[in-house]
Amino acid sequence: MSSLFDRLLGRRNNGSGTAAKQRLQLVLVTDRSDLSPEKLQAMKDEIVAVISKYVNIARDKVEINVEQRQRDNWLVADIPLIKDKDRPLSTGLEDA
Amino acid sequence: MTARVITITSGKGGVGKTTTTANLSAALASLNKRVVTIDADIGLRNLDLVMGVENRIVYDLVDVVEKRCKLRQAMIKHKRYPELYLIPAAQTRDKTAVSPAQMIEVINELRPDFDFVLVDSPAGIERGFRNAVAGADEVLIVTNPEVSAVRDADRIVGLIEAGERKIPMRLIINRVKPDMVRKGEMLSIDDVVDILSIKPIGVVPDDEGILIGSNRGELLNGRAGEAFRNIARRLNGEEVPFLNLDGNSNLLQRIARLFGGSGG
Repeated sequence: MSSLFDRLLGRRNNGSGTAAKQRLQLVLVTDRSDLSPEKLQAMKDEIVAVISKYVNIARDKVEINVEQRQRDNWLVADIPLIKDKDRPLSTGLEDA
Repeated sequence: MTARVITITSGKGGVGKTTTTANLSAALASLNKRVVTIDADIGLRNLDLVMGVENRIVYDLVDVVEKRCKLRQAMIKHKRYPELYLIPAAQTRDKTAVSPAQMIEVINELRPDFDFVLVDSPAGIERGFRNAVAGADEVLIVTNPEVSAVRDADRIVGLIEAGERKIPMRLIINRVKPDMVRKGEMLSIDDVVDILSIKPIGVVPDDEGILIGSNRGELLNGRAGEAFRNIARRLNGEEVPFLNLDGNSNLLQRIARLFGGSGG
């Protein structure tokens, strides 16, 4: 977030420097892990399908991403479960 | 007495490895250190030209490795700094003319007689790079605040991390344009350090003095020269504050920094 002073000085957060940083961070996930965006998506789909066999999950809120911590890659997943009373337990097979 | 062997590398070409090697070697020599540089860019010899000793080459690194001369015969003494030497690359051969084991052999022969051995690595990640890091105690990674240079630097860091030896790495961010950083149109020092997660040892401003210096084969010109002198002192264990690249900052900008703005 740009501060009042930043704005006074005309320093813009939407300058190309910010774009450079964001684009680098994204491409380095792939470079460092050898995990392309397509492969990552395929893996996410499989993980969601497997977990759905056992518990109800809020599929639209699932977040599985590769995060950089210093120079290490972490696969970080946020998978919200749905309480039984919200939705009847599925077998997980019909929509996997 | 045994030298510290420091390899200067980058992945990407044209980011300033040779300029950095030449200027750091002169800065270390002016601190009364005994320094020898090795041009490991076989086939694309340039360190001799930037250091201004191109007219005095008789033997080169490949001659040493292939035993056509003694190591001492291939060492060119710098005219201005009596304790500074260069071992030039061969110009008519390629990277395969030297092996990593041979590089280590040459370096080990130099160790007892010097304080610093600086190895100028070629661009790329192949044989030439492997030769250059084979005997290194430390690696300096040169990059520019520019997407392709940072990406290539990251690749180099990854390769060195994956190697069997743990080699400490530090970062030199070269060709910084403070004006563009201030306008948000260039990656900042913090951005680059953040992305690469490697400790910086120096920040060098973009400076026409560097081109003028290499035109003449002279070293340590201008503000960039000052930045290289600072890096040399840090290598030597001194605590030297980073250059304020914000030379023309006004009061308002200083206040902005005071309040946590990420000033150039």
